[in-house]
Amino acid sequence: MEMIEHAIRENSLVGAFAFVGLIMWISVHLSRKLTFGRVHGSAIAIVIGLALAYWGGIQTGGSKGLADLKLFAGIGLMGGAMMRDFAIVATAFEVQVDEAKKAGLVGVMALLLGTIIPFIVGASVAWSMGYTDAVAMTTIGAGAVTYIVGPVTGAAIGASSDLMALAIATGLIKAIMVMVFTPVAARFMGLDNPRSAMVFGGLAGTVSGVSAGLAATDRRLVPYGALVATFHTGLGCLMGPSVLFLATKAIVG
Amino acid sequence: MIIYGTAILAACHLLGVYIGDLLGAFIGVKANVGGVGIAMMLLISARVYLHKRGLMPDTTEAGVGFWAAMYIPVVVAMAAQQNVVAALKGGPVALISAIGAVLLCAGTIALINRTGPKRQDTTWQTGTVAEES
Repeated sequence: MEMIEHAIRENSLVGAFAFVGLIMWISVHLSRKLTFGRVHGSAIAIVIGLALAYWGGIQTGGSKGLADLKLFAGIGLMGGAMMRDFAIVATAFEVQVDEAKKAGLVGVMALLLGTIIPFIVGASVAWSMGYTDAVAMTTIGAGAVTYIVGPVTGAAIGASSDLMALAIATGLIKAIMVMVFTPVAARFMGLDNPRSAMVFGGLAGTVSGVSAGLAATDRRLVPYGALVATFHTGLGCLMGPSVLFLATKAIVG
Repeated sequence: MIIYGTAILAACHLLGVYIGDLLGAFIGVKANVGGVGIAMMLLISARVYLHKRGLMPDTTEAGVGFWAAMYIPVVVAMAAQQNVVAALKGGPVALISAIGAVLLCAGTIALINRTGPKRQDTTWQTGTVAEES
């Protein structure tokens, strides 16, 4: 047993390939046997991944879920930003240029709404819960955009680290909810063509939420949603500390 | 050779991220602005250009296709390293803000998609590495 552990630790990325393969295999079987294909195998795999991340976080007290366990360090590399973005870019190979062009304008509109709506919700909730100063409202509102926009905005306008942690938690919950509930709400949202995927990418925000949510709904829609969603964080970081902060300040003083 | 495809993918990725960083610095944001999105557009352009000149044999395409097909497993690994514990510890402010934002955005998505043009065009469904299941 120790020898096996040693082998996996020395070859962490290879170990991650084998482990994720196992999760996928189990998920596809659960999908077929338990739900008769109604719940997509990848959706089950993502939920298993999140559950393992929770377990890993409890075990180690770290911030990287399962990847903080030495045996699963390869998961950190395989699912890290580098590999994630590399695989997302690769999916662009399947994009039909005409489809993407047709939805360009509506995608930009969705991006703007996807920044402003979560911000207003986050800032209002913060205000109603007693965070009535502009810095706190802006930081939490920005956290509701994505968990990167939150701390970036907070840092720019001088928020405390408690507030930034709250903003990150808000963004994380949002990303996890998008991952889990997108396949459930796909029909309600009309998520069945490239245009709708681009609208979704702009409004749902966070690359991780959008990419996992679409992967669990229909693999072929991923590139269209991701194409728009990758601009989400940049736009949020641009608007958060500037326009949105100033607007909040003007309203609450 | 299969590595040509992967190398083209890598070059587009790096160039896109570089442009995204430049764009961020240019508008004064401490973040990469759309780097991955720009990389995707570069890869689409490269594909169209090389296809027209007949410089994209199947093996080269496979060098990209493999990574596109690895996408879902990578996302599963990504899910397994989220800070779920911290998310659950955020308390009511974080929870209510997140739920409110998700619900309102889902409603807006439904509104836009249901009022949009209905098309029966299904050509997008025939992707190069579309999953069979």
